[in-house]
Amino acid sequence: MFEELTNGDSFIHGLDPRGKLIVVFLFSIVVAAADRFQVLLGSLTLGLLIVLTAKVPARKLIKRLIPVNMLILFLWLFLPFTFGGEPLFFMGPLAVTREGVFYATRISIKSNAMMLMLIALVASTPIFFMGHAMHQLKIPNKIVHLFFFTYRYIHAIYREYLRLKNSIKIRGFIPKTDLHTYKTFAYMVGMLLVRSFDRAHRVHNAMLCRGFKGDLYSLKKFSFKTNDVVSIIFMMAMIVIMGVMEWA
Amino acid sequence: MEKFFQKNTKSNFKQLIQKHSYYFKAMHISEGILSPAVLIGGAAFAAAGVAIGLKNLEQKEIPTVGILSAAFFVASLIHVPAGPVSAHLILNGLVGLILGWKAFPAILVGLALQALLFQFGGMTTLGVNTLNMALPAVICYHIFKNGLKAGMGKHTVIICAFATGFFSVLLSGIMVGLSLYLTGEAFLPAAKLVVAAHLPVMFIEGILTTTCILFLKKVRPEILEGDHVS
Repeated sequence: MFEELTNGDSFIHGLDPRGKLIVVFLFSIVVAAADRFQVLLGSLTLGLLIVLTAKVPARKLIKRLIPVNMLILFLWLFLPFTFGGEPLFFMGPLAVTREGVFYATRISIKSNAMMLMLIALVASTPIFFMGHAMHQLKIPNKIVHLFFFTYRYIHAIYREYLRLKNSIKIRGFIPKTDLHTYKTFAYMVGMLLVRSFDRAHRVHNAMLCRGFKGDLYSLKKFSFKTNDVVSIIFMMAMIVIMGVMEWA
Repeated sequence: MEKFFQKNTKSNFKQLIQKHSYYFKAMHISEGILSPAVLIGGAAFAAAGVAIGLKNLEQKEIPTVGILSAAFFVASLIHVPAGPVSAHLILNGLVGLILGWKAFPAILVGLALQALLFQFGGMTTLGVNTLNMALPAVICYHIFKNGLKAGMGKHTVIICAFATGFFSVLLSGIMVGLSLYLTGEAFLPAAKLVVAAHLPVMFIEGILTTTCILFLKKVRPEILEGDHVS
């Protein structure tokens, strides 16, 4: 899980989560809409810079980037051939077009730039702070609560799943491609839901006993400091420059 | 023996996440691929769905929906063998049958956490990905929910549950393909392959949803009655 990295200490770790969320969000929007190579390369550089500032260990960073690039790789199998344009060279009967290669390159840069920013955010902010930041940014209360509960219970329910998995292993279950396997998995999911449902009841009752009225409190107070203001202004300036370069 | 039984510790959770990070998940469209028009359209429809879901969601249901959403998050990490490869469960049909419109906020939160924890998808694709998974779930819920009511024959229940699991994955696959296709015609072959890759999964999901629904009807029918108040 990524929270192990949040113990780190860097300039980015100390920044206000609200500012970080907004900056990453705006950055993602501009990059998603951008098309020019200069802008995209700029965004990739910026992303790399931020990830380096956040001191994300290189090995973990690369591991995180693998799933995104699997999909990109999959698209590279198609796009250079299917995108209309002037042929660059031929691979057997298929023409590799210039535009297709450019398009696929753009997508690769975009994806990685956005992922670098997201990783820098996730690596420097505990998920609970993220929830409280979302709350203060006026994201509907119900969504924030749902977010907290879901995050909290992923761990508990995952342990429950491991217990169920061990118990079917003890009974000599080996997964195969047959009806029996699917039924067994279905019963496991069903049992997981039943236990989660019961746990939800117990948790909710316990919370009511302790006077839960639908408010969640954070022990950490967020406040904008000089560092926050300076970095937000810097990032906003960067985002605006990217926008101007793209559309002006 | 130690290797055979996994210890239920937190470090296992880390291992699991590291292990699963390598799998290619066809259901999530990564950042940077779709065109702005598709992203905005997806986000707008998803926002409407989430708004309807939140309207139906009462404050006191939140713990239950949150925990069920976490259960589905964990279930989606389960890999089942499908011939020579393994597929991960999606179970959006089951989510729809249990939560109805509330599937929208539940799936939104689940996907947001997947983006934060594993970087599957991201901020700009959250809307499209939510719509692609939740809308089929809600559609199937409205078509097939009556077949699952108490007093229905076992065959009706089996057919409706199977159809829910089957069609919600089919529709999701088509919507993922459509999102790619609407971004550019050059994506057509890739989009076709994505839909084709979902075909075997549909049958597995259909069987799983049916068995799971029959199990829940026997063991804890109130989960299926749409009443999630503790």
